[in-house]
Amino acid sequence: MKLTDDFLPLRAHGTTADVTAEVVYRPRPNAWHRLKENKLALFGLFIIICMLLLAIVGPWLSPYTYADQNLAEANQAPSAAHWFGTDTLGRDLYVRVVYGARISLAVGFVAAAINLAIGVIYGGVAGFFGGKVDRLMMSFVDILYGIPLLLYVILLMVVLSPGLTSIFIALGIAYWLTMARIVRSRIVTLKNEEYVLAARSMGVPASRILFRHMLPNCVGPIIITMTLAIPEAIFTEAFLSFIGLGVSAPMASWGVLAAEGINSIRSYPFQLVAPALAIAITMLGFTFFGDGLRNALDPKGEVKR
Amino acid sequence: MVGTYLFKRLIGAVVVMWAIITITFMLMHAIPGGPFTEEKKLPPQIKATIEATYHLNDPVWVQYTDYMKHVVQFDLGPSYKYLGRSVNDIIGESFPVSAQLGLGALVFAVIGGVAAGIGSALKPNTWLDYIITFGSTLGISVPTFIIGALLVYWLGFVWPIFPVALWKGPAYMVLPILTLGAQPMAFIARLTRSTMLDVMQQEYIKTARAKGLANWDVIMKHAIGNAILPVLTYLGPLAAALLTGSFIVETIFAIPGLGKYFVTSIYNRDYTVILGVTIFYSALVVGFNLLVDLLYPFVDPRVTMEEEDES
Repeated sequence: MKLTDDFLPLRAHGTTADVTAEVVYRPRPNAWHRLKENKLALFGLFIIICMLLLAIVGPWLSPYTYADQNLAEANQAPSAAHWFGTDTLGRDLYVRVVYGARISLAVGFVAAAINLAIGVIYGGVAGFFGGKVDRLMMSFVDILYGIPLLLYVILLMVVLSPGLTSIFIALGIAYWLTMARIVRSRIVTLKNEEYVLAARSMGVPASRILFRHMLPNCVGPIIITMTLAIPEAIFTEAFLSFIGLGVSAPMASWGVLAAEGINSIRSYPFQLVAPALAIAITMLGFTFFGDGLRNALDPKGEVKR
Repeated sequence: MVGTYLFKRLIGAVVVMWAIITITFMLMHAIPGGPFTEEKKLPPQIKATIEATYHLNDPVWVQYTDYMKHVVQFDLGPSYKYLGRSVNDIIGESFPVSAQLGLGALVFAVIGGVAAGIGSALKPNTWLDYIITFGSTLGISVPTFIIGALLVYWLGFVWPIFPVALWKGPAYMVLPILTLGAQPMAFIARLTRSTMLDVMQQEYIKTARAKGLANWDVIMKHAIGNAILPVLTYLGPLAAALLTGSFIVETIFAIPGLGKYFVTSIYNRDYTVILGVTIFYSALVVGFNLLVDLLYPFVDPRVTMEEEDES
């Protein structure tokens, strides 16, 4: 394509004020640039990807499985045969940690996906229809916001009986509130945009305007909220496992492994090292990436928790 | 109007509490099998007697109205597991311990977090800033129980400076308070740092400097007030975080507080205790949030006690 005048940098015209103005009008490439230049954020993303790969491939790299018990080799320190040592039942800790990565990461991503689905639809509908519907729906959210949600996750876990599915359900239906609020406030501001007016005047059905025209413009805040929701879900799962409401044995998430490690910290402190490091490194990855993403997509700090 | 605002908030709090009690009650009654369904079968007569004692044969809505009647009189009913003890007794005995722990952690987190945040914001991009930023990022990334375990290991076993279990005096409080306060402190430090950086760019700070105020006075008299406002907003979520954190901390350090009781009652499936303690905790958090919201306009005159505009 031949460059016309419009595509030339504004500097050619002279004043620097024009140049800053032009920068403001191109949010998307800027967001990606800002993210790319933030080394810490990229490092965070790298950590997350490594952890995902490890969760997928890791268990195949070892001859043991997460449930194999061998009491003759119980409580061994890390060695060539058992990279992270073994636990009190002689199970290989490396396999258990990478297998735990599958569970912990699955919990994080699935719970965040459920939050995403519920929150986006709920907030989208409330913001789009406005008026009475909005007021009713958002006061329901306000009521739930007043409730210490973790307590209800605990209660749900007691009711549903511990297990992976229960964790998905409990976390999924408890933590969509933030997402609903953020999507709703974004939709309310988008409603006055001209392209929405244009779509309406052309007779585009409401659901199509909402899902095809407005929600794609909420992607920034939604992604930011997601990067916060995933580590929160992993944290919550670890917490639940710690108080005995997590996945059932012999399955193990990082929370379960850390709890087991703490129980034997006096005699075999190494048993805590691997799961603790796994949680901490993953969380650091999400924090770095989330911070960077927020700086890139939301430099003015509009998305509040 | 202040009066209407207060009234609306109080009504809101009552609605939230009613919702909480109802949801909790329904959840506890949705559990398959009754609270006395156990591995060993009870003889039919004994089972009938037990069910009659606790009114378990009444229709659910009768049980619900009975329970509501008792709850509004602050009676949370008997424990199913500990005969002759009521939930009120259990809360009365163990909550003071948790309150000491929680308050200690709150003070530690707020003072430590604000100091660290301001310190790093005043010297941005220096080694002090890097250390504090790194420490606080690490702090929000490591679960409470791992922080607790590390403290127990290093300060309890390797260098046995502090006792690692029970609750018998100031020395026993150090490790639990550090553990419980660590994560909120890291969060507050991050919050304060970003607000403080923002505040120091404001015009009125330049004005204060221009009129020749000493650096210390600029910070203490002008900057800090605005820099800690977000911390006040965080106090509500902080209360909830300390509460759930106390489950873990009290379990690790064998502290006879309400959090440990709650976790034990989950293991024991002691439903009335779970129900009662959940309601008690929720009331605590709702009340704390209400208090923070009502105090906020006094601290920040820019916030008025009126309904926010529909936007």
